[in-house]
Amino acid sequence: MELSDSVLDHLRHVAALPDLAGTRYELEREIGRGGLGVVYLARDRQLDRHVALKVLDSALDGEAQLIARLEHPGIVPVYEAGTLPDGRIFYAMKLVAGAPLDGYLAGAPSLGERLRAIRRVGEVLAFAHARGTIHRDLKPQNVMVGGFGEVYVMDWGVDAVAGTPAFRAPEAQLDRRSDIYALGALLEFVLPRSAAPALRAIAAKAMNADPTARYTEAPALLADIERFQDGLAVQAWSEPWWHRWRRFGSRNAVLLWPLVAYAGVKLLLFLLRIL
Amino acid sequence: MNKILVGLLFGLVFGALDGATAWFYPEARPLIASILLGSSFKGMVVGLLSGWFARKVQSTTWGIVLGAALGLLFAFLVAATDTLNGRHPYLEIMMPGFVVGAIIGFLTQRVGAPGLARKAGE
Repeated sequence: MELSDSVLDHLRHVAALPDLAGTRYELEREIGRGGLGVVYLARDRQLDRHVALKVLDSALDGEAQLIARLEHPGIVPVYEAGTLPDGRIFYAMKLVAGAPLDGYLAGAPSLGERLRAIRRVGEVLAFAHARGTIHRDLKPQNVMVGGFGEVYVMDWGVDAVAGTPAFRAPEAQLDRRSDIYALGALLEFVLPRSAAPALRAIAAKAMNADPTARYTEAPALLADIERFQDGLAVQAWSEPWWHRWRRFGSRNAVLLWPLVAYAGVKLLLFLLRIL
Repeated sequence: MNKILVGLLFGLVFGALDGATAWFYPEARPLIASILLGSSFKGMVVGLLSGWFARKVQSTTWGIVLGAALGLLFAFLVAATDTLNGRHPYLEIMMPGFVVGAIIGFLTQRVGAPGLARKAGE
């Protein structure tokens, strides 16, 4: 008996689905696919809630333990980890409703919203670095932005992950500064074409090919973004004098306008006198 | 710094500066000392009231509006009691007074610590 291509495709698909027999989860559909495995939408029968179930292609383990050590509002918590009957490792995580950063940008968020997302990512990185953990593969697809603006950093790197070229630091030995590089690349990625040169300079400093010329830690980069948002000079950029004056003007516009108005009034009175 | 103190200081400085511009009017030069004194005092009163307002209401817009209104009011009172070449210099005093009041109102909102909120029932 010959099987049609569509039937064969279906069989292949079904065969690839994880066998969740013996677990409390019921598979619904695939929601994502990465270098190390596939993420499914599953229902936890015991607690009657949906979870994100990540099934690793190989026996590689590490991320679940890694995440479990990092309890932070910006890191998706792992509910449970285990092994499937076919030997593959799985873990159930909180299901995050939202879009990856690249999808989020398609909604044309404001610059403030974009920077807020980057700051949240930076805060998560700072937290992980303080606990001796590095991400290794920070990229837009690994940052989820929820419907209420909540930001999650996902897919914490295990040793096998080499990083994504556009967001990967050039050095072979990855460390905290490699994550800083990726954070800079992420900042550059979210910036609109019309972004201020100060912001581009922050991203460029973080992405410097020489790791020692980058920000030493994530909070330093975040502080520079905060300075930019407060209308202050950023450390990454030695701004020209006219730019400094313009920044001063826009920061103090509310005060400068009355002063200009005062000078205008005095000039007007002077002209009225001599005319 | 206390907002009332901020208002007094800025009122003094801007009032004095505003008064000092009378030097450009040759007919007012003999009276420059009293103009300086009066203008500084006027600025301080506007600053005091704007500072008191800033402790109660944190709003730059309303601070500017109140400062401008106070500046206009006190400038009117000064102009009404003053004569320059036989007429009341309403325009010469009220227009700058209005703008100086707005500046003082703005500064009292932006500079200085707001007063402690009163506890309920006090």
